[in-house]
Amino acid sequence: MQPTPLLRASGITKSFAGVHALKGVSFELRAGEVHALVGENGAGKSTLIRIITGALSADSGTLEVAGRAVHHNTPSLARTLGIAAIYQQPALFPELTVAENIALGLEGGGLWRRIDWKARREMAAELLQRAGSDLDPDRLAATLSMPEQQIVEIAKAIGARARILIMDEPTASLSEREVESLFRVISQLRSEGVGLIYISHRLEEISAIADRVTVLRDGNTIDTCSVRGLERADLIRMMVGREVSAVFPKRQVPIGEVVLELRDVSSRAAGIRNVSLQVRRGEILGLAGLVGAGRTQLAETIFGLTPADSGEILLQGRRVRVQTPADAIELGIGYVPEDRRQHGVALEMPIAANTSLANLSRISRMGFLDTRLERDLAQYYVRQLGIKTASIYAEAGVLSGGNQQKVALARWLAIDPQVLILDEPTQGVDVGAKSEIHRLMCDLAERGLAIIMISSELPEVLGMSDRIAVMHAGTVKATFRREEADQQKIISLALGHAYSGSAGGLA
Amino acid sequence: MIEHYRREISVAAAILLVAAVLAVLAPQFFTLENQTDLLLNNMPVLIVALGMTLIILTGHIDISVGSQFAICGVAAGVISKAGLPSPAVCIAVCLLGAVLGGMNGSLVAYFRLPSIVVTLAAMVALRDALRWSTEGAWIQDLPPGFQWFGLSQTGSQLVTFAAAGILVICAHWSMRNLAAGRAVYATGSNPDAARLVGFDPRHIVFGVFTATGALTGFAAFLNAARFNQIPSNAGIGLELQVIAAVVVGGTAITGGRGTVPGTVLGVVLLGIIGPALTFLGVSAYWEKAIQGAIILAAVAIDSIRLRTGRNAGNIAAQSA
Repeated sequence: MQPTPLLRASGITKSFAGVHALKGVSFELRAGEVHALVGENGAGKSTLIRIITGALSADSGTLEVAGRAVHHNTPSLARTLGIAAIYQQPALFPELTVAENIALGLEGGGLWRRIDWKARREMAAELLQRAGSDLDPDRLAATLSMPEQQIVEIAKAIGARARILIMDEPTASLSEREVESLFRVISQLRSEGVGLIYISHRLEEISAIADRVTVLRDGNTIDTCSVRGLERADLIRMMVGREVSAVFPKRQVPIGEVVLELRDVSSRAAGIRNVSLQVRRGEILGLAGLVGAGRTQLAETIFGLTPADSGEILLQGRRVRVQTPADAIELGIGYVPEDRRQHGVALEMPIAANTSLANLSRISRMGFLDTRLERDLAQYYVRQLGIKTASIYAEAGVLSGGNQQKVALARWLAIDPQVLILDEPTQGVDVGAKSEIHRLMCDLAERGLAIIMISSELPEVLGMSDRIAVMHAGTVKATFRREEADQQKIISLALGHAYSGSAGGLA
Repeated sequence: MIEHYRREISVAAAILLVAAVLAVLAPQFFTLENQTDLLLNNMPVLIVALGMTLIILTGHIDISVGSQFAICGVAAGVISKAGLPSPAVCIAVCLLGAVLGGMNGSLVAYFRLPSIVVTLAAMVALRDALRWSTEGAWIQDLPPGFQWFGLSQTGSQLVTFAAAGILVICAHWSMRNLAAGRAVYATGSNPDAARLVGFDPRHIVFGVFTATGALTGFAAFLNAARFNQIPSNAGIGLELQVIAAVVVGGTAITGGRGTVPGTVLGVVLLGIIGPALTFLGVSAYWEKAIQGAIILAAVAIDSIRLRTGRNAGNIAAQSA
């Protein structure tokens, strides 16, 4: 008979606007264990964490802490239950000192209590020490390095007597030595009986620190198993090993000459190093990689937002300079950004004006807009892309997410581009809109566009691309044809491992 | 189409309501003389409000227009006394206004300082600089060609109306039909998107501040020419009247949404309240209270409309 687990989540479901993020996830954390949570981007890890910390509420399923059911979880309830989370980006108040940051949320009392500065500093110093650090409690949080900020977060969690501590990619910005000291703290906490949920993309870390691992995929729990004796290849297989569930409408179209070529392109500002790749007429190049691998940054470099500082960009064999987005548009390069609400669509502006926004020089003479041409253009694309709206003069903000995505797309199609970069084109759109967008991409390729598609969804990359480039740490690790690609190969490369094809050890 | 001019229609309806009450209770309100006075008194607000609409559309604000107005008025008098003809004075004063607005604009656009702070500093500094240099004295003994542009009073009034009318029409037409107008809307609605489509939001912001300065200079020139002396303390509170009119006219204070006709109607509605009360025999002290209520109502309507209109979209955004 097992002891009662510290935390048990069973049958958790959660959907956002019809998209199922979690489809019945079960997870269990024992006292004194480090339990790794792994899965691809979008597998449901963060959603599960947010449900455990009370930031989101589950649609169904049960959550138990130390055997007692938790109803209506909220952030403050989770805190009193001893649940604390440390995120990749620590959320400290930069203008306050370390001691104040630790004290916030730990000290009781009303708004009008008198602050005992001495006690506050002493408490901070003690907690920091327990977190394995001799950080000065009087330093301003703004002056702390990333690992120091994490130490403060850990001290906060210790001070809150957290029994359940969640760490989301805590080592993403740490050096190797800092990782070692973090691991010492983790071992210490484990020996004190704290249960740790450890999220990481770095599989070697999991073998170094975790006791058990749970794999999430597509909002389902695939398996929970002991880390001891687990092969890395098995783990990767569990993370990705689904059948390509959706049927992708990919059509073979004749592929022509090279339209865009990058030769050894680097951009220090964007963190892009020595990228070389080619895209041809009619081709869809899938850009795969983990979040933070530099895919969006590469797109921004091609588009002139963070211009390249070395290397060559060639358009149809001719060397070009792309220093600003205006240059890129002039050359026929379109870019549909990832976050369309932030970067893509002007929500207050009518659909027609959004459609023509990148194209104003072509529908105007000497600065005077041809509003009739604009109307025709907007009507054409509303019909062509099936944008569901009552009028082309309706504000873009009232449209659904999928339709906003189409408006953003229409804007770039309107410039009649040679190269189109699509950053996560189907993120956050429902299944129907998704396959419509895929069909559209095929139409565009058929018309001779060269398309670069950034996607975190491996089935989409495998289903839609002619060739696939895998990025890791700001550079393209490998490029191969779709027939040569499989999910394991891509994920191994994306994780920074050289792909061997055989099952190597996890460590 | 009616959907998109909801605000303009409701402000127009409010104006008609006030006019109807006046028509019944105080028909003498509609004498030509009274109407002319009313129009002339509100002319500076109207012209400056055209520029302010652009600034607020980009998501910024300029509260130093009152001080700019005073400086430009005094400058008009000084330049005129130096012997320049009216058209030259007009151009010089517009340029001066453009420089003053451009100073604000460059600090906001290129140094990324918050516009409310920059223009608050400018408002105080410009006002005090003027007080210091004029020692509070008004500009008097203007050359005979200055008042009424050297025309008859009626003639000068017709010129003023024509100029204001042309400005309104040009502003409206430009915002709808020039690529530059789109750039203003795009900058205010989504600066990141504006950058992606090849605009430089910094130049746009600098441009609208400069244009507003020039319009403020022009308004000061037209206003100065109405009288035979120029006060050195003109334009106090002008910025509030202007901003209120723009907001009541439906321009979102957060930028990206608004129209020139809306602003014109806002100026008319807020401008008509005070005189209407006088003609109705109500204490003029109610004027500010009623104007305040109108502003609050306008902002409340915006906020309600935004919340109901965007709910669906917001849910989708959170899940992404």
